[in-house]
Amino acid sequence: MLQIINMYVNGRREELAVDIRESLLETLREKLNLTSVKKGCGVGECGACTVLVDGVAVDACLYLTMWADGKHILTTEGLKTPTGELNPIQQAFVDEAAVQCGFCTPGLIMTAVELMGKGRRYTREELRKEIAGHLCRCTGYENILNALEKVLGYPKEKEG
Amino acid sequence: MYDIEHYVEAVSVEDAIEHLKADPDATVISGGTDVLVRLRSGKGVGGTLVSIHEIPELHGVDRLLNGTLVIGPATCFTDLAKDPLIRSCVPYLGEAVETVGGPQIRNMGTIGGNLCNGATSADSAAVMQTLNTRLVLQGPDGSREVPVTEFYLGPGKTVRKREEILTAILIEPQDYVGFTGCYIKYGKRRAMEIATLGCCVRVKLGAAPADEAAENGGGQETAAQDMQSGGNPESRVISDIRIGYGVAAPTPIRCYKTENLLRGRSAADPSVYELIGEHVLEEVQPRSSWRASKEFRLQLISELARRALREAMLSSLGNNLFA
Ligand SMILES: Cc1cc2nc3c(=O)[nH]c(=O)nc-3n(C[C@H](O)[C@H](O)[C@H](O)COP(=O)(O)OP(=O)(O)OC[C@H]3O[C@@H](n4cnc5c(N)ncnc54)[C@H](O)[C@@H]3O)c2cc1C
Ligand code: FES
Ligand code: FES
Repeated sequence: MLQIINMYVNGRREELAVDIRESLLETLREKLNLTSVKKGCGVGECGACTVLVDGVAVDACLYLTMWADGKHILTTEGLKTPTGELNPIQQAFVDEAAVQCGFCTPGLIMTAVELMGKGRRYTREELRKEIAGHLCRCTGYENILNALEKVLGYPKEKEG
Repeated sequence: MYDIEHYVEAVSVEDAIEHLKADPDATVISGGTDVLVRLRSGKGVGGTLVSIHEIPELHGVDRLLNGTLVIGPATCFTDLAKDPLIRSCVPYLGEAVETVGGPQIRNMGTIGGNLCNGATSADSAAVMQTLNTRLVLQGPDGSREVPVTEFYLGPGKTVRKREEILTAILIEPQDYVGFTGCYIKYGKRRAMEIATLGCCVRVKLGAAPADEAAENGGGQETAAQDMQSGGNPESRVISDIRIGYGVAAPTPIRCYKTENLLRGRSAADPSVYELIGEHVLEEVQPRSSWRASKEFRLQLISELARRALREAMLSSLGNNLFA
């Protein structure tokens, strides 16, 4: 059964006819071609599908598209500035070599963007807890934490 | 695509109940983190989902004039854990739900879903047992209140009828005022892990018999006297204690017999830790599962009770103003 919904995706209003059975993951990937949203497990375990709904990080694979009616969705595609520059967190991932195969990266970036929206700083331990909903099979997490710390951590004291 | 036939976005509790009543294949969906995972695994497919996701009055935490806390069942774990009332009145409940899954799951999963799912491993379960929480269930014939200690029938089974909606979770002042507590989850990983065992111990310390005369003497003197002796375990007795478990039996449980045995004992008596560890074993029925053997769970049941009691005592004794 199809129903018409309106959602704001990366700042643009989208009027879509969606199947009531669709997950937000399917709608974003298949109807809107936002392929930064990855499907890993499909059951909330890996975080590869993480997007922000009204600023809150959710696993798009466990989110019914019907719930997105009237809401604001942000994916990694929406982070690009009008002049094409990367968001600071994306730049930090590049600089810290926090990306290997890249499958987990967009999801992690979206969690980081959620944290940036809270306007506070985090210790490395706190960051570990904040990214606990993401699996990365390549990096061993250290470079990811380095990248996150660069943007969200406390300023490092300069060594003597 | 989720394998469902129909979907209804309920606009109110009454609307949801009406749809549940009209369609015998309809199930409630709140945050969906249990329902949708079940559908993915091929269980309960082909039916109707009645969503309560967008009903505003089911969200948030409130306190009535008489001190009763009212938790909206559709409140997600993240919002519950950071709620000022939860943090000040029942901080151990916030700490318990902070152990659920990972951040995204806590942004989606709800406290009502955690209860209604009926799992003994639910991270809010042990704490809820110790709080004597009351659940308000609304159905086609009106509302009824069920104590959480009588809510569970078996694994995944509760007394909630299919067409009933959990509309409020109530915690009364006599069940939280003056208590300190601690929830300990044992899992193999620190996140994204279902509890192998969950234990909550809460205590309320009172004046020892020698101090009782002074305590009965009058409000102000008592407060002053408490200021002096509050941090001293010698002058404190366990005036109340509550012990709750998840995964120690097919449903969440309370250990009333052990509670009765410990009530009235001195907070300074080191044997309370041995007693709790020993006696809870008589009130549990853990099972072996792929996560852990029955024997390991029995060991956890004793050890976590001792540790949680110690933590709960420390929180009390560390607070001199506590009365
Ligand atoms: C990756 C992952 C990790 C998880 N980790 C944990 C964990 O560590 N600890 C833990 O405890 N749980 C965990 N869970 C399970 C789940 O997140 C929780 O049980 C959560 O509380 C379910 O809430 P929900 O709103 O998503 O429930 P839903 O899936 O919407 O519903 C669950 C059940 O409750 C019923 N229901 C929900 N709300 C109501 C209501 N108001 N009235 C009547 N019936 C209702 C539904 O019909 C259904 O039977 C995890 C789940 C996932 C996917
Ligand atoms: S694909 Fe959504 S959490 Fe893994
Ligand atoms: S970079 Fe490959 S999964 Fe993280």
